[in-house]
Amino acid sequence: MTTTQERSVPKPAFTDAEAGARTFPDSEARRFNYFSSAKRKQSHYEDVTVEVQPDPRHYLSQGWIYGFADGRGGYPLDWTALKAWGQDRPEPVRSPGSGGAGYEWPAHGWHEFRDPNEEWEQTIYRNSSNVVRQLNQNIDAARQSKAFEQWNPNWVDFVARHVGAWMHVDHGLGLYLFANANRRGPTNMHNTALAVNSTHRIRSAQDLALYNLTLSEEIDAFDGGAHVQAWSSDPAWQGVREVAEQLTSTWDWAEAVFATNLVFEPLVGELFRSNLVQQAAPANGDFITPTLIGAEEYDYAERDLRCTKAMFAPMVSDREFAEHNTGILQSWLQSWLPRCLEVARTLQPLWSQPDAKPPRFEDGLDRAKSRFTAIVSELSLRVPKELNQ
Amino acid sequence: MSRQSVAKAHQKIQELSWEPAYHEPVSHYGTDYTFRKAKKKDPLKQVLRSYFPMEEEKDNRVYGAQDGAIRGNMFRQVQQRWMEWQKLFLSIIPLPEISAARAMPLLFRTVPNPELHNGQAIQMIDEVRHSTIQQNLKRLYMNNYIDPAGFNSSLRGFQNDYAGTIGRQFAEGFITGDAITAASIYLTIVAETAFTNTLFVAMPGEAAANGDYLLPTVFHSVQSDESRHISNGYATLLMALSDESNHQLLARDLRYAWWNNHCVVDAAIGTFIEYGTKDRRKDRESYAEMWRRWIYDDYYRSYLVPLEKYGLEIPHDLIEESWNRIWNKGYVHEVAQFFATGWIANYWRIDPMTDEDFEWFEHKYPGWYDKYGAWWENYNRLSVPNGHKPIAFEDVDYVYPHRCWTCMVPCLIREDMVMDEVDGQWRTYCSEPCHWTDKVAFRPTYQGRQTPNMGKLIGSREWETLYHNWNFADIVKDMGFVRDDGNTLTAQPHLDLDPKKMWTLEHLRRCPPFPSPNVTLNEMTEAEREAFRADYVRQGPAGRPAPAS
Ligand SMILES: [Fe+2]
Ligand SMILES: [Fe+2]
Repeated sequence: MTTTQERSVPKPAFTDAEAGARTFPDSEARRFNYFSSAKRKQSHYEDVTVEVQPDPRHYLSQGWIYGFADGRGGYPLDWTALKAWGQDRPEPVRSPGSGGAGYEWPAHGWHEFRDPNEEWEQTIYRNSSNVVRQLNQNIDAARQSKAFEQWNPNWVDFVARHVGAWMHVDHGLGLYLFANANRRGPTNMHNTALAVNSTHRIRSAQDLALYNLTLSEEIDAFDGGAHVQAWSSDPAWQGVREVAEQLTSTWDWAEAVFATNLVFEPLVGELFRSNLVQQAAPANGDFITPTLIGAEEYDYAERDLRCTKAMFAPMVSDREFAEHNTGILQSWLQSWLPRCLEVARTLQPLWSQPDAKPPRFEDGLDRAKSRFTAIVSELSLRVPKELNQ
Repeated sequence: MSRQSVAKAHQKIQELSWEPAYHEPVSHYGTDYTFRKAKKKDPLKQVLRSYFPMEEEKDNRVYGAQDGAIRGNMFRQVQQRWMEWQKLFLSIIPLPEISAARAMPLLFRTVPNPELHNGQAIQMIDEVRHSTIQQNLKRLYMNNYIDPAGFNSSLRGFQNDYAGTIGRQFAEGFITGDAITAASIYLTIVAETAFTNTLFVAMPGEAAANGDYLLPTVFHSVQSDESRHISNGYATLLMALSDESNHQLLARDLRYAWWNNHCVVDAAIGTFIEYGTKDRRKDRESYAEMWRRWIYDDYYRSYLVPLEKYGLEIPHDLIEESWNRIWNKGYVHEVAQFFATGWIANYWRIDPMTDEDFEWFEHKYPGWYDKYGAWWENYNRLSVPNGHKPIAFEDVDYVYPHRCWTCMVPCLIREDMVMDEVDGQWRTYCSEPCHWTDKVAFRPTYQGRQTPNMGKLIGSREWETLYHNWNFADIVKDMGFVRDDGNTLTAQPHLDLDPKKMWTLEHLRRCPPFPSPNVTLNEMTEAEREAFRADYVRQGPAGRPAPAS
């Protein structure tokens, strides 16, 4: 005979606590009711991001409770010189008997920004996993079919040195500019979008580094350390390096993001990736490198650029500070355009290195310039005259 | 990938970083700690190529479970007593998560070892994951649980209620002040390493016992990222320890961070687990038992104590006193009673305790009934409106407490209350360590040493100040805790959703105005204030007035 000892487990109980089981005040109120959506219907993205980062100007009645040594806490709006409507009104003062109400939501224009890519955790992992899976498959397939043996000898060196050098740009900007900026923006939507931009760049950096590792294993003549040397001493890269470092040294988060995604990327990033590597690779027998570079191009052109334009376009048409912001953005263009243009030119020697030559540097630069012009015009900003000097 | 190639891949990505030659990255944050630049190993050994698919796979399991729960009508078996406290918990926790993401760059310039930055960037992404996956869970609850009120107003409630403010320390503390104090000691060494076990392991267990298996699914998935973050913190801590001039600051920060986490996390999670459950099996662990195992044994004895030999000064006295507060001074019970006393200021409903609950409490915490039983019987008696006022305005042998200026939990262990004039204002503190945190630790000098980067405690820290002498109907309207008929309160001191049994603004209109304890304290003469103090420390337990002397 066996004795069964009763196991100690919680007992399920029928509670009928599901939606619709009863009618009472609020029983149908199934919508986050503390913000208004950009479109008619609240999106899933908005539901999981909007208002997570609080604001003393509307609901945060007791204010920030921890400050830096200067007594300022949270996410000060003057961490950028740009302004959004409503922000110059004094912060609501809470005192004995003042009540807790601040300005009516959203209180100022920064809260109106929405990431057009609607990024939150599900999209981040889905998109990024797709990219790494795709790249891994491409590289595996290339290895199995000995595709790397088709490469022209100079191209092997080109990929080792110059494609390799680009990983440092991605890494430096990904960490010290975009990840850094995720602490600086005024709302959760800004900071989350910036964190996503950061993951794109850091992933691209690692993609290139690990690709470089594979190539060192697959191609005898491939020098896996050449990228470090190119980055630290090749004169063709010192301009890029200097301006990348200068971008990370920028105090104003919005200036750093604006200068990177709207000036540096079209004039230098796309020039190198789209107008050099992508053009030169096939003729030199390389069909793999373009898939890596293409993944980064896609992240930039289809996601990060799109998001950045949506971040800055409202500033130019802000109902209170349009003029102020236009002046600031114009001055940022004025200081970053010449630097980036000069740097673009320092890359010119790269065009003559592959055996099979890519289209002319000047043609590539023209394409990059017209890309830049289109972006700037979309934001209703003036193209600085230096572009065509 | 084979193990060898993981190691090689990891080695390779170390080549990405470079020493700036022309411009240094911007330095936005300061620290009074000093770090020597030394070659370090990245403690994470994680490359994004494997990280993203791994996380996507974890996600698929979470979202699959959510679909299953809805198809399987999980909410027919969910205990409302439990779900109501999730309105508070899930209003708080997405901010700490996202703040952890925001905290990572505080370490970039202050800890000059690029090998660690890769791990910090991955933690940043993890934290975006945690914040939004938790918001998503809350959204699911709002859509599928019987009473959406309080979920639907979640982040507004969080921002303007005192309970949310208490929770906010566990977020703002990560992102301001001295970068190492905030993003390393408070966030990773104490909050993540010590207290996420109770948050993300104990809470889910209790949720499952109350019919909710989605909270466990989400939070176990979150917790599985946590060990990486703990390694980040550990690596930074060892580096800090290697420079002796940091030891004094480490000792300060560990005292502050430990005590603040105890005050805040044990108050909230302790209440959810002990008062938010219907599972009264005598052999289920109490919060005190869990705390002893996970925090005292696993964190204190196994993680902290071994660091003593490297020169880490461990706040043994504060760890013992936290246990003393939980086990002997009824900390969690006092907090739960306060939440229930102040139910009118909440955005969730609090179920009264029954005889079965009483029995369990008495079994787990001998002597509980003598202290708290009569008060909870009163709570039950006063839960449905019937000509009386809410319990806070009725005579139930309870003195409304003063708030701790530092941790903002009220001074509930009355004999420990400290009163002092700090920064020209009379303040009350729940305990001596909270007094020390404000008066000594968060200052630009510490034990004669310059600490110019140390943060400041700021803000309107006493919530009651804002509503000094208001009527509670106006307070609740100001906060927006009213249901869609414009009259019924979001909060209720019971679970009955029969509209006739629910409290409304009209009921609150009949209450007297509500004075701020701190404003009142500052209006007193010196003699009155001293009499107040002498009386206060003789009050309790369970908020009882001081015995006539
Ligand atoms: Fe987390
Ligand atoms: Fe306290």
